[in-house]
Amino acid sequence: MRYLPKSPSERQEMLAAIGAESVEELFQSIPEKFRLQSPLALPGPLSEAEIIQYFQARAAENARGYTSFLGAGVYSHLRSVAADALVQRGEFLTSYTPYQAEISQGTLAAIFEFQTLMCQLTGQEVANASMYDGSTALTEAVLMAQRLTGRKRVLLARSVHPEFRHVLATYGRNLGLEIVEIGYTQSGQLDRAGLNPAQVADAVAIVVQSPNFFGVLEESPALADLAHAGGSLLVTSIAEAVSLGIVRPPTEADIVAVEGQSLGVSPSYGGPYVGVIATREKFVRQMPGRLAGQTTDAAGRRGFVLTLATREQHIRREKATSNICTNEALYALAATIHLCLIGKEGLREQASQNLSKARFALAQLEKIPGVRRAFAGPFFNEFTLEFPRSVKMINARLLRENILGPYALGTHYHELTKHGLVCVTETTPRAEIERLATAVQRILESPV
Amino acid sequence: MRKAARHVSQTEGLIFEKSTPGKRGMEIPPLDVPAVDPAAALGREFAREGIEGFPEVSEIEVIRHFTRLSTWNYAIDLGMYPLGSCTMKYNPRVNEFVARLDGLATEHPQQPAEASQGCLRILHDLQKCLLEITGMDAVTLQPAAGAQGELTGLLMIRAYLQSQGNPRKKVLIPDSAHGTNPASVVIAGYEVQNIKSNARGQIDTDHLREFASADVAALMLTNPNTLGVFEERIAEIAAILHERGALLYMDGANMNALAGITRPGDFGVDVMHLNLHKTFSTPHGGGGPGAGPVTVKKILEPYLPVPLVVQRENGTFALDHNRPESIGRVRAHCGNFGVLLRALAYILAYGPGIRQATEDAVLNANYIRKHLEGLFDLPYNLPSMHEVVFSDARQKARGANTMDIAKRLIDYGFHPYTTAFPLIVPGALMIEPTESESKEECDLFIEAMRSIAAEVETHPELVKTAPHSTRVGRLDEVAAARRPVLRWRPAPEKEKELAHDA
Repeated sequence: MRYLPKSPSERQEMLAAIGAESVEELFQSIPEKFRLQSPLALPGPLSEAEIIQYFQARAAENARGYTSFLGAGVYSHLRSVAADALVQRGEFLTSYTPYQAEISQGTLAAIFEFQTLMCQLTGQEVANASMYDGSTALTEAVLMAQRLTGRKRVLLARSVHPEFRHVLATYGRNLGLEIVEIGYTQSGQLDRAGLNPAQVADAVAIVVQSPNFFGVLEESPALADLAHAGGSLLVTSIAEAVSLGIVRPPTEADIVAVEGQSLGVSPSYGGPYVGVIATREKFVRQMPGRLAGQTTDAAGRRGFVLTLATREQHIRREKATSNICTNEALYALAATIHLCLIGKEGLREQASQNLSKARFALAQLEKIPGVRRAFAGPFFNEFTLEFPRSVKMINARLLRENILGPYALGTHYHELTKHGLVCVTETTPRAEIERLATAVQRILESPV
Repeated sequence: MRKAARHVSQTEGLIFEKSTPGKRGMEIPPLDVPAVDPAAALGREFAREGIEGFPEVSEIEVIRHFTRLSTWNYAIDLGMYPLGSCTMKYNPRVNEFVARLDGLATEHPQQPAEASQGCLRILHDLQKCLLEITGMDAVTLQPAAGAQGELTGLLMIRAYLQSQGNPRKKVLIPDSAHGTNPASVVIAGYEVQNIKSNARGQIDTDHLREFASADVAALMLTNPNTLGVFEERIAEIAAILHERGALLYMDGANMNALAGITRPGDFGVDVMHLNLHKTFSTPHGGGGPGAGPVTVKKILEPYLPVPLVVQRENGTFALDHNRPESIGRVRAHCGNFGVLLRALAYILAYGPGIRQATEDAVLNANYIRKHLEGLFDLPYNLPSMHEVVFSDARQKARGANTMDIAKRLIDYGFHPYTTAFPLIVPGALMIEPTESESKEECDLFIEAMRSIAAEVETHPELVKTAPHSTRVGRLDEVAAARRPVLRWRPAPEKEKELAHDA
């Protein structure tokens, strides 16, 4: 087997050195009745060429080459060959968690850069080395807010990603969290009138996403004032990080939970992505996840170490701030390299293109009789349309033309079965936007 | 030192320190629709000016910067990583290749099942393989890492017991367990009850009988345990728990000792997680990503997270969301698909031959143990499986502890072993070579450890101040924690001028 570096005679030599007759002897501590008597029924062994064939065959069974207007928390953006080549360097790809700082300075310096970039992007003071993804970052941000306030009730906007809310519900169920969902207005923003001051006064936090799941930006300053007046916190989820190239970050928020997939990570059918928590300096000791910090060695040379580990499970066990151990380091590195490449001007240009293309797409689609924009609030690269027919039906027809149509909001919002969330990024060519508009018009004009 | 020699590496600052306005490393194709002014489109209150301090560098500078940083790392591709309990094995490059294929890397998790049959089949094929390897009945691939798998398993135990009328209060955890175990227990709403290992470093079954009260929901057991020893009374342990209505959770961190040899489902385990970034070779990437699938016995199947990947009667694959007793979601989408895919590629490469990998891993550990036994104290003289745990008792008498020896190992061209864990061995040296090491690499490691043991006798200072060959020496961790500097900030203008003058 090509991955195993031993010849049969070397195995014999090593067994002889140990003083064992056979390799079976090394497994004597497993009771005999539990030792397998026959080989496992697994497919393979496959050569490298056969492995490639298997996965190429699977790729052909997917939506390869389709045009997609899906966003809903996962975005197709430009990625560079240079970044992908760098993350595949064995020294990054095949290295362990940087506990041994002297031989992990590369990873540690890169994490320090990642933390800095995330602070700059979100307007927060500190950011961690990564969480699993946006859904668990938001969940852990709320648990962190619970520890900081010692309260129970969470005021959760219904316009937060439904799967993120679902994850929070799973985690919160046994931790005494009481989740109260808050609706949205005609603008698509959180319904502030639906929050009574008494509710806010004993809440852990107001939890929103911006741009929210309908694509609409939330008014962070007003929400923060409302939360802070009641002694609660504002927790903001950012699922489309490219928006931060032109959209003001929620600097008033106390904790920001980011999904960084947009920053140079492929959609890859749902993961791995890269979550991040950013917050105020004064809250850092309640933050979950690893942190890299700057320090010096005995000769005064700058170096980096994992720090404030007394928050973490390997030191504090049941008293830790979280159970997270393995994070998404390699994808945090990918995001770091991507952001260095695209840079200050490039990120702004990319975000502006998203803004422009989404407006172009809206204008094209709004021309279709019966199609209208559902929410009036400001949006970045996603917007909600109301169609005269069910979005699922429209999408089924679009699929025949190799178009992945708008995300059907009816999946999670019973009142929005005719509503679709359209996403357009810098990677969506104008011609494809026009093809979508033409196809939708044709579908709507055809008999039911 | 046969393995390592000194080698020049490049000095490099932080990327922010190389930034100059007007440079960039990536261009975007021209806009093909009318441009919109952000402030006009969003409203002034939502618009942002440039991001202060954001890097402005060219492509070659980015390539050099990260390449230089990379050379400051140790990696599996450079040599052995004898980290106990971490299973740092070779990460096949073909797995990287297939994870990047068009039609896999490009797929959106919300696209309809009929346009995702390839992804779903990959997940379904992996499910079948993991069930065969563990001998269990049902599986979820959703958890993003081992710790999240633990939580998922515990939540399922809770839901199952709740359906019997009482979720119970406590989870038993041996003192040799990983820190994630107790941390996960708390999130699942249980109390941790620590139980002491016996003189053989194993679960004391009398002790277990005493503690396994009607309040106990489960025992979380790592098997082989963190000493690298198979729990010889595993069947009795399972029986004690089951007769009291409690369940047996197995932490699969050490599955590399068992794959193809024995199956947890056969020896009484009710629920377990696997660390795909350990046993199934997905790259550790400097700390992640991982994946922590959970396999369960039939009784826990109704509680698996949603959605579940299923095969319909007509042979097509689908995501089943309609599972009323499910614990819910633990993560958005279907989990770390890219990691799951790599694990399947690994399993396909071996097929049933995965047993050979397990045999070689155990052979390597025992070979190293045999050669170091006389030099280092072996607190638990029991048959080792995939790892062996020594203590620094002898060297400590000369003033060098396990951390010093570990740091000296760096000078010999190796990554340190796991230090100071498991907690039941004071001054532990926990060594797990994995199957990826040749006899030659094992021999070099043995030689290095012998040489260090000799240095402890003759030149203890050399060991206590190691490493001597790295870019930086031991770093001041106390200062790092006392006055945390967690991000780069531009130097104040005055300092900049001074630096310029100098």
